[in-house]
Amino acid sequence: MGHQFTTLTSRVIPLPVDNVDTDQIIPARFLKVTDKNGLAEHAFADWRQDPAFIINQPEAQGCTILLAGDNFGSGSSREHAPWALTAWGLRAVISTRFADIFKSNALKNGLLPVEVSPEVHAQLMAAREQSASVEISLDLESQTLTAPDGSKITFDVDPFAKHCLLNGMDQLDYLVAHKSEIEAFEARTGS
Amino acid sequence: MKTLFEKVWNDHVVNTEANRPAVLYIDLHLIHEVTSPQAFQGIRNRGMKVRRPDRTLATMDHSTPTTPGLKIVDPLAAKQLETLVNNCAEFGVELHSLTSDKQGIVHVIGPELGRTQPGMTIVCGDSHTSTHGAFGSLAFGIGTSEVEHVLATQCLLQHKPKTFEVRFEGTPAKGVTAKDFILAVIAQIGTDGGTGHVLEYTGSAIRALDMESRMTISNMSIEAGARAGMVAPDDTTFEYVAGREAAPKGAEWDAAVARWRQLPTDEGATYDQSMTIDVNTLEPMITYGTNPGMGVAVTQPVPTPESMKSAAARADLEKALKYMGLEAGKPLTGKPVDVVFIGSCTNSRMSDLRAAASVLKGRKVASSVRTLVVPGSKQIKREAEAEGLHTIFTDAGAEWREAGCSMCIAMNGDQINAGQYAVSTSNRNFEGRQGKGGRTFLASPLTAAACAITGKVTDVRTMLP
Repeated sequence: MGHQFTTLTSRVIPLPVDNVDTDQIIPARFLKVTDKNGLAEHAFADWRQDPAFIINQPEAQGCTILLAGDNFGSGSSREHAPWALTAWGLRAVISTRFADIFKSNALKNGLLPVEVSPEVHAQLMAAREQSASVEISLDLESQTLTAPDGSKITFDVDPFAKHCLLNGMDQLDYLVAHKSEIEAFEARTGS
Repeated sequence: MKTLFEKVWNDHVVNTEANRPAVLYIDLHLIHEVTSPQAFQGIRNRGMKVRRPDRTLATMDHSTPTTPGLKIVDPLAAKQLETLVNNCAEFGVELHSLTSDKQGIVHVIGPELGRTQPGMTIVCGDSHTSTHGAFGSLAFGIGTSEVEHVLATQCLLQHKPKTFEVRFEGTPAKGVTAKDFILAVIAQIGTDGGTGHVLEYTGSAIRALDMESRMTISNMSIEAGARAGMVAPDDTTFEYVAGREAAPKGAEWDAAVARWRQLPTDEGATYDQSMTIDVNTLEPMITYGTNPGMGVAVTQPVPTPESMKSAAARADLEKALKYMGLEAGKPLTGKPVDVVFIGSCTNSRMSDLRAAASVLKGRKVASSVRTLVVPGSKQIKREAEAEGLHTIFTDAGAEWREAGCSMCIAMNGDQINAGQYAVSTSNRNFEGRQGKGGRTFLASPLTAAACAITGKVTDVRTMLP
């Protein structure tokens, strides 16, 4: 069984920082684990040592959407990044651009990467600055983000990842179902 | 008319369906201790086996000690390494553990053993897998879920990336190396300039480089956000691969080379994007900020926030300079440093060690600087010692360590302290990358060695014969 994602409505955590790399999402010294669980306390571990960091504020608690800056998740391929973010309670990250490997990892862990234009991003950030209680809704089926002012913005999602998330399907099942094609490829190419 | 990337991609597509990613066959799956335990557990939970143990190769590198005697003092690291040993034994995967004389950084040993070959698809749960693209293979980092996919099926689900030609023309001046080439590219296009693309490095300056230099460049493709970086194979490539342990032999070798000669991009094939770097004008590069795109020629001043094009870039730079404790508008040269690290999958091979030794020979490291030289593999360590390079390092006052990732990722106890400055030949200057609160300047082995001697950020050209 894979991770499921259908709809979500939540207050948001603003993190207006560009180029947040996966070493910030979870520093390497916390990668000496052998399972996926228990990483919540390590999400943004170093930045969290600053009491003023947004994740430490009362208004961040219970939020499931992170509103991050441009080029989120660059650097290391560590899947511990989405593991830590989802363990903390996040289910979606909104940014203007995601690093490729992070995006792929997030989609496999029920963490929806939502890419919006710089204009929409600025609008969402401004709404959040006005009030910490504003909410954003995400609907994966219709690929729609509903902004605090009620405006609806569509976002792109890879159709296959969407199919898997809506149905709680593990992507590996799709590969396993192609066993005969894989065998034929190996036979044909002498692999 | 096809590009190198398109040829390798097409050769490995098992299946395509509308609205579905391609099923891509993987020729070589490299494994290490950090990103594999959960993947092995995943296939164990499914009651599956490793589909092709013969196409899987494991090593230990990230959390291994580099101290003489290789004593593992961290119980978590010990458990992670033991888990890899047990997983490889259970699933029949070849492992180079600390007791193997072939152990080393995963991206060093693949090429060294001849497992990395032109035209292959190569993956690893490690973003610097792009290194292997230097051979004209399609090589990229994957997450642990994908490690599980490859263990189980020898395949991955992938969307076809776009192509981006990075052409290097000209002849580099003395003191300018492959590391400076790639730092210059990333400084120009940024850490997301290559997102969604596979880079192909072309041009006369690439053709003139040896394989180790090509690996340095391909290695840092990910730092430009690219999926992979590739260099078309040529005689330099074939000479490097020939005779290595896993390289084809005899008639198979001839057939392989004939096949590999078909791989280079066809005349007239087009890329989605292109850029050209004039190598003649390059200077030794160094980074000043907290991502690899924040780099300048060593003689140039650190940019000022006012010179940035957007408010976001201004904020990004201000945040970085605050973390780095640097003043905008001034060159880095003369800035005192505490640590010099020569190593990592970017710059830990023989040519890198020789370059560092050429500067360190007959000189002494500044008394204020801790200098670590960490070979990329046990084989490199033996070769360097046979050449006497280790004596040059230790005579200069540097530490000569065992093979591993070491201070590039600071998972094994090799780290810098909060507030300290390191000049590092590694690939990432992210906040805390080399130790919590530590500050990293990325540079070439030549530059790093020069900084070790003076104890300050130094233009190596002032120290070359």
